[in-house]
Amino acid sequence: MTQHGTRETTLYTPYHPRWYRARVSTYWWLRKWYYLKFVLRELSSIFVAYFVVITLLQIRSLSRGPETYARFEERMRNPLIIALNAISLLFVLFHTITWFNLAPRAMVVRLGGKRVPDTLIAGSNYVAWLAISAAVAWFILR
Amino acid sequence: MPETIQLEVTRYSPEHDAAPAFQRFEVPYRKDWVVLDALNYIKDRLDGSLSYRWSCRMGICGSCGMMVNGEPKLTCATFLSHYAPSAVRVEPLRYFPVVRDLVIEMTDFMVKLQKVKPWIIRKEEKSIADGEYLQTPLQLDVYKQFSMCINCMLCYAACPVYGLDPLFAGPAAIALAQRYNLDSRDQGAKERMDILSEHEGIWGCTFVGECTEACPKNVDPAGAIQQYKVAAAKEWFKSLLMPWGSK
Repeated sequence: MTQHGTRETTLYTPYHPRWYRARVSTYWWLRKWYYLKFVLRELSSIFVAYFVVITLLQIRSLSRGPETYARFEERMRNPLIIALNAISLLFVLFHTITWFNLAPRAMVVRLGGKRVPDTLIAGSNYVAWLAISAAVAWFILR
Repeated sequence: MPETIQLEVTRYSPEHDAAPAFQRFEVPYRKDWVVLDALNYIKDRLDGSLSYRWSCRMGICGSCGMMVNGEPKLTCATFLSHYAPSAVRVEPLRYFPVVRDLVIEMTDFMVKLQKVKPWIIRKEEKSIADGEYLQTPLQLDVYKQFSMCINCMLCYAACPVYGLDPLFAGPAAIALAQRYNLDSRDQGAKERMDILSEHEGIWGCTFVGECTEACPKNVDPAGAIQQYKVAAAKEWFKSLLMPWGSK
C-alpha cells in the first residue's frame, strides 16, 4: 500500500497512477473546532490517568501512617503540582462532560417500543455523577 | 443583492496537470440556486470541460457530494445564498483519489460496502409459498434511521480516521451493517460481526463524531458504530462467560 490511500481493497488502483491523491495534513485537527475538541478529549485521558496515579499514591501514603501522609501533603503543596492539578481538573471535567453528552449516541434504550430521549440518558449520567460526588464529599468532609 | 458570485473550482486534468489547481468562474447569483446549479451553469455556458457527478438534484441519489468551502456537502442541497457575497470554493470529496476535476474514485467505498454484506441474510430462506417476512412498524422503527443512507460518502470525507488509515471500513459501511443487524428479518449479525470486529472495522473508529454532523440524511453513523461496539463487547463477555454457547 502506498502512503496516501492506494487501497489494497481497490482492485485496479495500481494501474491508474495518474489519479491525484492529496496528503492528509499533520495539522488536520486544527482545521475545525470539532476536530480540535476530539483531540483534546483524547488527550484528556492522560490527565485522567494522572489523577488515578495521584489517588493511588495518596492511599498508599495514608496506609503507611500519619507521618508519610504529612510528607505526601507537603509534596502536594508544591506550586507546580498545584498548577498541574488545576489543569488536570479542567481536562477531567472536559472529559466527563463531553463523554456524558456522547453517551446517548452509544446507548439506545427502548421503553415500550419508544427510544428514551437523549436528554434523559445524558441527564441520568449527570445525576449519578452529582450523587456519587456528594456522597464522597459527605464521607470526607463530615 | 449582488448580480454575480465567484466560484473557485478545483480543476485537474490527469493528462496535463501534476496537481489540481483552482479556477475562478463568475456565475449569476440567484437566491434559489444551489452550488450544483452554478456548476451546471459553468458547464453549459463557460467551460464545457468541467467534470463532476450529479444526477437527481434532490438529495436522493448521493452523487453530487463535494467539498464546499472545506465542508463535505451535497451540492444540490447547498444554497449559494448561504455563502454570498463571498466566493464559494468547490473541491472534490476529501480523502478520495481524484480522477478529474471534481470527480473522485469510489471503488474503495464500493468494495467496503459489499464486504459488510448489507443485505438480508437468512439461515434458511422461506419458500415463496410460505409467504413474505412480516415486520411490525415498531420493528421497522428500530433500524429505519440507518436505512436512510444514500451512499453519498460525505461521512468518509468528514472522517479523519479514514483519511489517516484508508483501510478503515468507514462510517457508512458500518452504519449499513448495523441497519441489517437491527432488522428483525435478518439473521446475519454473527457473520457481519466477524468481519467488523477486526481492527479496521468498528474498533478503528475513535468517535470523532464528524460523520454524523456531515450526514445529509441524519443517519448518525457515529452512533451506529458506538452501538455496534457495545454489541461486540456484550458478545465477547457472553462468549467468555458461556464458552459453550452457540458459536
